[in-house]
Amino acid sequence: MGIETPNGFHLDNSGKRVVVDPVTRIEGHLRVEVNVDKDNVIRNAVSTGTMWRGIEVILRGRDPRDAWAFTQRICGVCTGTHALTSVRAVENALGIAIPENANSIRNIMQLTLQVHDHLVHFYHLHALDWVDVVSALSADPKATSTLAQSISDWPLSSPGYFKDLQIRLKKFVESGQLGPFKNAYWGHPAYRLPPEANLMAVAHYLEALDFQKEIVKIHTIYGGKNPHPNWLVGGVPCAINVDGTGAVGAINMERLNEVSSIIDRSIEFVEKVYLPDLAAIASFYKDWLYGGGLSGKSVMSYGDIPEHANDYSAKNLLLPRGVILNGNLAEVLPIDHADPEQIQEFVTHSWYKYPDETKGLHPWDGVTEPNYKLGPAAKGTPTNIEELDENAKYSWIKSPRWRGNAVEVGPLARYIIGYAQGNPEFKEPTDRLLKTLDVPVTALFSTLGRTAARALECQWAANKLKHFQDKLIATIKAGDSSTANVDKWKPEAWPKDAKGYGFTEAPRGALAHWIKVRDGKIDNYQCVVPTTWNGSPRDPKGNIGAFEAALMDTPLADPQKPLEILRTLHSFDPCLACSTHVMSEDGQEMTKIDVR
Amino acid sequence: MAAIETFYDVIRRQGVTRRSFTKFCSLTAASLGMGSTAAATMARALETNPRVPVIWMHGLECTCCSESFIRSAHPLVKDVVLSMISLDYDDTIMAAAGHQAEEILAETKEKYKGKYILAVEGNPPLNEGGMFCIDGGKPFVEKLKWMAEDASAIIAWGSCASWGCVQAAKPNPTQATPIDKVILDKPIIKVPGCPPIAEVMTGVITFITTFGRLPELDRQGRPKMFYSQRIHDKCYRRPHFDAGQFVEEWDDENARKGYCLYKMGCKGPTTYNACSTVRWNGGVSFPIQSGHGCIGCSEEGFWDKGPFYERLANIKQFGVEHNADEVGLAAVGLVGAGVAAHAAVTAIKRITTKPSDTDRDA
Repeated sequence: MGIETPNGFHLDNSGKRVVVDPVTRIEGHLRVEVNVDKDNVIRNAVSTGTMWRGIEVILRGRDPRDAWAFTQRICGVCTGTHALTSVRAVENALGIAIPENANSIRNIMQLTLQVHDHLVHFYHLHALDWVDVVSALSADPKATSTLAQSISDWPLSSPGYFKDLQIRLKKFVESGQLGPFKNAYWGHPAYRLPPEANLMAVAHYLEALDFQKEIVKIHTIYGGKNPHPNWLVGGVPCAINVDGTGAVGAINMERLNEVSSIIDRSIEFVEKVYLPDLAAIASFYKDWLYGGGLSGKSVMSYGDIPEHANDYSAKNLLLPRGVILNGNLAEVLPIDHADPEQIQEFVTHSWYKYPDETKGLHPWDGVTEPNYKLGPAAKGTPTNIEELDENAKYSWIKSPRWRGNAVEVGPLARYIIGYAQGNPEFKEPTDRLLKTLDVPVTALFSTLGRTAARALECQWAANKLKHFQDKLIATIKAGDSSTANVDKWKPEAWPKDAKGYGFTEAPRGALAHWIKVRDGKIDNYQCVVPTTWNGSPRDPKGNIGAFEAALMDTPLADPQKPLEILRTLHSFDPCLACSTHVMSEDGQEMTKIDVR
Repeated sequence: MAAIETFYDVIRRQGVTRRSFTKFCSLTAASLGMGSTAAATMARALETNPRVPVIWMHGLECTCCSESFIRSAHPLVKDVVLSMISLDYDDTIMAAAGHQAEEILAETKEKYKGKYILAVEGNPPLNEGGMFCIDGGKPFVEKLKWMAEDASAIIAWGSCASWGCVQAAKPNPTQATPIDKVILDKPIIKVPGCPPIAEVMTGVITFITTFGRLPELDRQGRPKMFYSQRIHDKCYRRPHFDAGQFVEEWDDENARKGYCLYKMGCKGPTTYNACSTVRWNGGVSFPIQSGHGCIGCSEEGFWDKGPFYERLANIKQFGVEHNADEVGLAAVGLVGAGVAAHAAVTAIKRITTKPSDTDRDA
């Protein structure tokens, strides 16, 4: 029974169906259905984006200088990354160059997001897939202290510290009001940490919750607030004035010092808490290497963090750029966002309509007409879905493909590409971690590999923050305080017709926006985002996407408590509000069906 | 007996004395117009009641409200979640998923009927039978209405739940709808902003758990304590506005001196929010302080009120200062001047009123 997908997976939907909806600890709304065989091993996986907002429809006819604010609201978790992509797309279309300081500040904003997002993801969205909170109650605080001190010189590690925390936790649990820890899979056989490691991880869950709010203050200083700081086409909105009249109201020495101090503390937290925790937890799970999915086959990264302003070529980008197909690490293929043959989106299995659904469309020519209907094999009703029919349309996410290939994007993709290119900034820390854990390089192609790459990248990003903050100060010292280029601020300076694209590496992976401008207004806008790549449904050829691929062949200890499914899905850091908001070519009004 | 941490335990742990606690109960009871027996009842309730269950639901949104909430510096969100409320359901951070998560909703509805707070982030889309936002296989709007039935209070977090926000901007393709248009029989506290300030969010929650009542709301349903004044009223750049000193271009000399951003499109004069007083992220800054005008993100329909960089042109928009300005205009014979800048008028007013101030001083 079953079918072979062109990208090498054997799908068999004859076994028992398990549904997880809602998938929690993610951004947005996601549903997953799997079929398990008699041994409870996943033999078929179906991932469904269950929301659609239509931001690009809303953008049509608006001022391109405003687009960053609209697209930023695509996602408040990866806040800022869409705004950065948008200002880059507009600048690319209109031919606007930004000052060097604006490039440094934008990089600082983007790297701050990477550090914050990775840290919050690991502790608050992902850790509970590895860490059993209830088990922490039976830990010996003294042994916990010994464990903590053996892996890090982080000062909060005394027996008393862990004992106080354990008492508070115990009181909390005994109250019977478990809050966010209610009804979870505590005691599940797939949890492997000893009680002491669980207690240490719970302590760091709470410390990270306290610390994360400090990191984002960098956004507040340069962008005025977080979430959703402010951006500007042509540069950045904050002016620099270190010692003149009014310096107290601009980016001055005090502000620069505050940013530098936060950067130092962030590096310390990541290196003394996050990385040691990751290595410690991974050491107990290093033979649980499921969830590789597409990572050992096809991965993609657009690259990001330009060293110098206005150069988006691979050699100037500090994060790796390129595509690896079919596991051929010897060849990293180049990407061209303007080439209509490279990036295309398909809707065969998505709730949209194309004139010809066997063909994909490049984002500049994107069409979106919602077409919500369930397939003949679906169970339930259109407003009460029990089981989906994956042979028909089954998701609000489209299927983007690179030259027809499904690819995985995100921190692991970036590290695999950097590793394949022999870039020491990515290869050396990876080799060190592999050696510490005593696992081969192929262990990277797993759920754990994805989680580990994110931690390594968090450290990389924290250190690069320092690089760009130092560079900003050096440029100011050299006499350049410029932060914005206003030569083409006014629409009178724009061509009648223009089109462009902008790209970044969001925490979750490759992100790009495509824009067409006509008569000073947005004529067409399209975003293809990381979770669209990772969470995509099948394409016309039957290739499955990265979420679906990663779930395949994973054994479940208890299908009623599918902890392993959550673990693998969370390793991608899914962002559904991002993934499901495509555009309509003519901005038509959708069919209205009033519910009561 | 199980060691349930009650409200009393929490405030005692935070250093409040027994005596202060009793006094607090008497004062609160008095302020609510109740007698001394009510104070005793209240004290007993606060000493023994469990933490208030909070159900936090997500519709069409971007999760910026949750992200903002976890940034709260005072109180720390850790303390809110562990000691002040019982956050029994929140898709973004809860450990449970799938049917185990769904079960919590049914259990809360029954066990805490009329006693839980429903906090809503995002809004329901009504087009496509509600299936532009599917939760547990069903339209989100159904789940929302169902949980609203037995809630004691409903909080609309952010501009999505309060007004509709970005997905409801024209042409609103999904018919995204603010929650007070689908929940018609309950008062709703609107805490708008994209997102709201973290300490405003935890301030509203702790006000309810501390004082045992809803905060005083304005006619639009916003807590007066945070939303009754405009950003412009308390902006530290206001003196530059009054003096007619403006940023004329991004990164010009005036921008570096921190002049007023009114001409760059700042919506501070028409936006009711606490940004210029509470500020953001533990008081570090706010948009105007960091050089960008306010985009008015806590105002209804702000996405459709013209481009963000277009200056507010119509003096009639200046709300409560309308009368004062008209008087000022009349005094200097400028009535009917189309795009008279509020700033210029205020500046003139200041100059023209100065002698009388001096006179009075003399």
